[in-house]
Amino acid sequence: MIGYLIRRILQTIVVLFFVTVFTLFLVHLFPGGPIKAMLGQRATPQQVAYYNHLYGFDQPFYVQYIKWIGQLLHGNLGFSNKLNMSVGALIAQDLPKTIILVVLGTVVSLAFGIPLGLYQAVKRYTVGDYVLTGVSFLGYATPTFFVGLLLVEWFSVDIHLLPPFAPQGTSVGQILSQPKALILPVLSYAFVLYALWSRYMRSSVMDNLVQDYVRTARAKGASERRVLWGHVFRNSLMSIITLLGLSLPTLVAGAIFIEVVFNYPGMGLAFYNAALNVDYEVLLGFTVIATLATILGNLLADVSYAVLDPRVRYS
Amino acid sequence: MAMIPPPGAESGQQLGRSATVVEPTSAPDGAGPLTAAKPRSMLRRGWEVFAENKLALASVGMIVFIVLFCYIGPLIYKTNQVNTNLNDTLCPPSGAHLLGCDNLGYDQVGRLMLGGQTSLEVGFAAAIVAVLFGTLYGAFSGFVGGIVDSFLMRIVDAGLSLPSIMVIIILSVVFHPNTIIMVFIIAVFYWLGVARLVRGETLTLRTREYVQAVKIIGGRTSRSIVRHIIPNAIGTIIVQATFAVADSIIILAGLGFLGLGVQPPATDWGDMLSGGLTYLQSAQNYWWLIYPPGFAIILTCIAFNFIGDALRDAFETRLQRR
Repeated sequence: MIGYLIRRILQTIVVLFFVTVFTLFLVHLFPGGPIKAMLGQRATPQQVAYYNHLYGFDQPFYVQYIKWIGQLLHGNLGFSNKLNMSVGALIAQDLPKTIILVVLGTVVSLAFGIPLGLYQAVKRYTVGDYVLTGVSFLGYATPTFFVGLLLVEWFSVDIHLLPPFAPQGTSVGQILSQPKALILPVLSYAFVLYALWSRYMRSSVMDNLVQDYVRTARAKGASERRVLWGHVFRNSLMSIITLLGLSLPTLVAGAIFIEVVFNYPGMGLAFYNAALNVDYEVLLGFTVIATLATILGNLLADVSYAVLDPRVRYS
Repeated sequence: MAMIPPPGAESGQQLGRSATVVEPTSAPDGAGPLTAAKPRSMLRRGWEVFAENKLALASVGMIVFIVLFCYIGPLIYKTNQVNTNLNDTLCPPSGAHLLGCDNLGYDQVGRLMLGGQTSLEVGFAAAIVAVLFGTLYGAFSGFVGGIVDSFLMRIVDAGLSLPSIMVIIILSVVFHPNTIIMVFIIAVFYWLGVARLVRGETLTLRTREYVQAVKIIGGRTSRSIVRHIIPNAIGTIIVQATFAVADSIIILAGLGFLGLGVQPPATDWGDMLSGGLTYLQSAQNYWWLIYPPGFAIILTCIAFNFIGDALRDAFETRLQRR
């Protein structure tokens, strides 16, 4: 187990290296360099040169990289001149709100996806299965933001039941105090994820149902109920855990679109505004944080999988 | 190119001229091609399975319809998509404008055709670029193996752990993409998954006798990859390519929706939806701004997903029969 863990962590460090180099490289892609992007098109060459020197962009790439990594390790993610606040503070302000959206959406989608996927596998090739398969195909083919638009059209414009905007406010408490406004963002976020979980659960349960251990369980007289819940369900749930870790990028991506559709004041909306304003410090800092979260998510998923399934760590 | 050996004779056909080298291992089939019916190609057999899937055939029909609608449509249903017409701003559907007009007075049906052209072109092109590059990369990495493979695969790992949509947004901000650059921005991330899949496939293929034989007779790496590995992985590759088209269209729509997609005067379905968002929140019911482009995206992507699923079934049958 320790050996597996060490190998896995070493791999992660290599991946982290590539990712950080690429992210810093992104900054240099801005037309005229990052300083030109920051100061605007009318900046004089003297000003650009001055700030290039001030920010260290006139140094070789590897020096910049080492300095930047040093700053990152000290928790300094940069400073947004456009918002006049540090990127760290911006994340501290917006991340909790995004987490609310992501966690609520994921929980809702799992609450539907797991039981319905299980139902589909048990009752496969029945009308119910086909209908639910149709729904998940719809989920795959529908862009997240369009789900949001449709829900707004139906529930806000047509029947005036729910507000078309997400809850507004700077703190988590303010967001949670407007549960009615949270319904549509969470639902549209959950729909696309539901497709993912239910599809996966269905195939996972179907795979497990034909395994030898199921035959053994049946042979020794376990009831169908016990086979399903005691054996198949638990084993299928395990792969969902891995999938959860691996889908972090999907979760982040979904959040951006939902936050833009509903004007939800989270990290996704902040990132989007930073993109429109070419606020490269925010773009860079957010990308690094999201990447870190993804890599840690993958690592956690792998490790938890190894803990749950002894075959993984010995292979 | 896509021929596979007849059942039981894994080596003969692929090797062509050098078939005699491994002839002894497949002795019982030596006379196979002469006595038995001509072995059908993998694509042919795949097509037979595919053709039985009514849903997939309907999907192909749907794609053909959408393509005709976008490219032949403008010749029949003529609209002005060059100049804005402020008299018609947000006009509801009527005889003159079947699906109404958008906020700049463009006819929605005509807009749907124009945007569809972009969506389809970028979707197909990005899928082709990503799958082509990913296939070559994955096949090379898997075939060469060893430390090169580890290095190349860590790059793929790194790419896959970047939140792709965030980097794609940054790239769109940087480049203000036209249609061609857009293709590459989308493909930049999509090839990673393909590379990983094809590499996995290559790992099993490279141990086959016919690939080993190429090595023994001194064939180059490129020959093994292009003539033997890729043709035998073609099933996986085609299935991936089909899903890639659907995914690319969705990514493009997402960027268009954020206002970061192709630049005006070009438009795409996602771009049309972004106009819809603004007016949706004005409490008036401008449904014709969001339904047509939204359902166009869904129909296209669902069709490609169905086709991809059917293709997967078709090629898996091939595996079972072998």
